[in-house]
Amino acid sequence: MIMPLRDRRLLETPLHTRLAAACETQQWYAWKGFAAVQCFTTVLQEYFAIRNSAGLFDLFPMTKYRIQGRDSRAYLNRLVTRDLSALKPGRVSYCVWCNDAGQVLDDGTVFCLGEEDWRLCSQERHLDWLLWSAQGFDVRIHEETTELAGLAIQGPTSCRILRNAGAAGLEQLPPFQHAAFTCAGVSMLISRTGFTGDLGYEIWFDPARALAVWDGLLEAGNNHGLRPIGSQALDIARIEAGFIQAGVDFMPAEQVVRPDRARSPFELGLGRFVDFRKPGFNGRRALQAEQQRGSRHRLLLLDVEGSHPARDAFIYNRARQVVGTVTSATWSPSAKANIAIASVRTPWGRDNDGLWAEVYYRRELQWEKVRACCRVVKGPFFDPPRKKATPALDF
Amino acid sequence: MTERWDAIVIGAGHNGLTCAAYLGRAGRKVLVLERSSTVGGMAGMRRFAEGCSVPGCAHLLYHLNPRVVADLELQSHGLRLAASHLPTVALDENGGHLTLTERSVDGPGISPQQRAVYAAFMDRLRRFAAVLAAAGETRPPRLVSDQWRDYLTLAALGWKVWQLGRDDMRELMRIGAINIFDVLQEEFDNPLLKGALCLDAVLGTHMGPRSPNTVLNFLHRLAGQTGAGVAVADGGMQGVISALERAAVARGVEIRVNTAASRIVTDADGVTGVELASGELLACRMVLSSADPKTTFQRLLGPQVLDTGFNRRIHNLRMRGTAAKLHLALRGAPAFRGLDAAALGGRLLIAPSPDYIELAFDAAKYGAGSEHPAMEITIPTVHTRALAPAGMHVLSAVVQYAPAGLRGGWSADAKAGFMERILTQLARYAPGIREQIVSAELLTPADLEAEYGVTGGHWHHGELALDQFMMLRPVPGAAQYAAPIPGLYLCGAGAHPGGGVSGTPGRNAAQAALAGGLRR
Ligand SMILES: Cc1cc2nc3c(=O)[nH]c(=O)nc-3n(C[C@H](O)[C@H](O)[C@H](O)COP(=O)(O)OP(=O)(O)OC[C@H]3O[C@@H](n4cnc5c(N)ncnc54)[C@H](O)[C@@H]3O)c2cc1C
Repeated sequence: MIMPLRDRRLLETPLHTRLAAACETQQWYAWKGFAAVQCFTTVLQEYFAIRNSAGLFDLFPMTKYRIQGRDSRAYLNRLVTRDLSALKPGRVSYCVWCNDAGQVLDDGTVFCLGEEDWRLCSQERHLDWLLWSAQGFDVRIHEETTELAGLAIQGPTSCRILRNAGAAGLEQLPPFQHAAFTCAGVSMLISRTGFTGDLGYEIWFDPARALAVWDGLLEAGNNHGLRPIGSQALDIARIEAGFIQAGVDFMPAEQVVRPDRARSPFELGLGRFVDFRKPGFNGRRALQAEQQRGSRHRLLLLDVEGSHPARDAFIYNRARQVVGTVTSATWSPSAKANIAIASVRTPWGRDNDGLWAEVYYRRELQWEKVRACCRVVKGPFFDPPRKKATPALDF
Repeated sequence: MTERWDAIVIGAGHNGLTCAAYLGRAGRKVLVLERSSTVGGMAGMRRFAEGCSVPGCAHLLYHLNPRVVADLELQSHGLRLAASHLPTVALDENGGHLTLTERSVDGPGISPQQRAVYAAFMDRLRRFAAVLAAAGETRPPRLVSDQWRDYLTLAALGWKVWQLGRDDMRELMRIGAINIFDVLQEEFDNPLLKGALCLDAVLGTHMGPRSPNTVLNFLHRLAGQTGAGVAVADGGMQGVISALERAAVARGVEIRVNTAASRIVTDADGVTGVELASGELLACRMVLSSADPKTTFQRLLGPQVLDTGFNRRIHNLRMRGTAAKLHLALRGAPAFRGLDAAALGGRLLIAPSPDYIELAFDAAKYGAGSEHPAMEITIPTVHTRALAPAGMHVLSAVVQYAPAGLRGGWSADAKAGFMERILTQLARYAPGIREQIVSAELLTPADLEAEYGVTGGHWHHGELALDQFMMLRPVPGAAQYAAPIPGLYLCGAGAHPGGGVSGTPGRNAAQAALAGGLRR
């Protein structure tokens, strides 16, 4: 059946009219069925807003689940690899969750709203998996993606702007903590979380008030360099912060057809979020076996020689064997470096063992290729002290 | 927790007893827990009327594993066969019965040509069944593995198939993928003969003759019959169970009846013990469960300690029982029209044609009991006189189809209605039978579930189908007897190679557990 054109169009977020008005480039993309903006004006302008003032990003299409009930904590603790048994109401935890084989289904944030009230935010949809996981647990699981609006305000002036808009005392909120505030005249939940590796917040509120919040924040941020940002600027920021993305840096295991395409948390550099001290969680047995046997892949942050982003490049070892591929790459304006996230086969990449990337680029339509040395970097490319400082610094 | 057992076996059905005896033989300290007051499970006996006993479910021996008999010295523990190579009588309403043995078929309307086709057909299917039987002897191989042993098992299996020769190999692949109706259609024209063979392919399953996997079930039934054919033990099924019980006890196994396991207790590293309904906690190094996979994983272990994907597979395991059990206490021997009294010791089938069975199955598909049920009837008192007072006989029949999930449930009315349809059908073949009935009992799958603790009252503890077979039985992740929880094993009919009174899952599980070593 062919649906009328009208019904096949991408859905619009509650902020669509505002996004459309601000989107000079008309560059849209589909984010989980919603029209989202790639770039409002220019990527660099938006990127520098994130790093030097603040950027405003519409999170409405992000997948959100509400998990409630007597066993909700036990349920989530079995679902994710991290130990949530002591997570207090008001806290947020970055988590990964795996299938039985210990392969990552997705990563996301878990909000403890109350002893029996939790929220899970993720890139992919997981309702089926979440419902199957509920066997034997007294929980109610409800998808609230379209019932809750979200905005990310990221960058050094973000705290100041939110305070200007009414969020009194926000500077006291430590990272990965959330609390209720009234801001732009709307009551909302504000969490000190984000995808840029900097001081920043995500705010959660009733979609019916979305326009008021958007307008109020832009007004409050008028003198603090706040501007709407699209996915492309955000992508540079998240690669600088060393954050991986489902569907880009790893395949969500439920979508994998070929057996070696999925990745374990260890293979994604997320081993510190696997806690074997808690007794039972999805993938535990497989992950323990992997720990003994050794992983097959390793995720690397690379500093690539030259200035051409190593997008989709193969990674070679000294013996000219292909040992992996780049999954994300960009020029980092802040680090002044050509950076990349790559997945390589073990044992390569343990330290700087002579990896290089074969980078293709075009110059006046003509393809060129360079062999670029890669240096393995241990921490993120961008990691300012203000990210963690509490009270938040005022800019 | 004062005592600590090497192994606790849940369930004293024939597989639980077999498993325990093997573990005991290997010097392990073994305790068997049985929820009911007697041992035997679905191969046990049941007193259903004053002075009258019948086999509660299984009434014929098809596939008792000769290795189990030898290893556990069951003969020295009293196992004898009362009858072997029992013929099958395909009953005809008007007395034109057919008699089937392993290689012959006789009766009105059977041409010499059909006789020859039958012998050749059964020979070929027995060759196929032998491959299956060989596969049943060992732990199924893992599909993705880094152990030589899995490849060896696969190779051995491949070799068995290869030995069949090109034509047979092709034929096995071909008929394995179609259904018994189509296969029989190619070979035979006599509806009564085809009906009888069809019933063998669907007994105990939620399948009709035209359903996929019926050839597999037919072969499974044939797989064990190499030695004694269809047989009855001295003392009936009790003879088998008593011998197994003695064999186990002789090897130091302790058996506690009236003792239900309510929970398998684990810690982060695996099994630590079993909790009883009384709250008592028994510590052990490993648990071997002959309860069906759903009971074992969903109720005794609990989905909370298992991974989501595994739970999903267990949840989706198909085990809808459709076989009911009819028990009659009769004044005198039943008289089937045109049937010699001497033939009453055989298997008597009411399955006049493939379509009769298919129609009976249609009802079950839509959640109703068959209007005209099909039956496999035995008269156990012919071989074991002591089962009823002098002058009386007991009749034991498997009746299909009575779906476990009957629409509206198995109320007293629903049961009475189904009973009436059964008796009406029986009386067409044995006209005086109603007047002979002293006492009658019908066990629907719901009753079997309550009585034997088997989900859906299913014959095989889980449908026997290609997707729930060998390395997929009961589900991937538990198909080599070892469950995902260290120290827990499946040892009942739900494990490879499936149901029927064979002892094979019990034996294989014990071997897997012994090879896996005792934990901690
Ligand atoms: C109607 C019918 C007719 C059949 N006819 C035949 C036949 O003629 N020939 C044949 O070969 N096969 C026949 N079968 C199949 C055969 O009976 C079974 O496949 C076989 O008996 C299964 O043996 P088992 O030991 O694996 O399991 P079971 O015999 O089911 O034993 C499991 C035992 O575990 C016990 N148990 C369960 N839960 C607990 C708990 N929590 N704690 C303690 N104990 C527990 C049960 O009480 C039971 O005793 C028939 C089946 C049915 C339903």
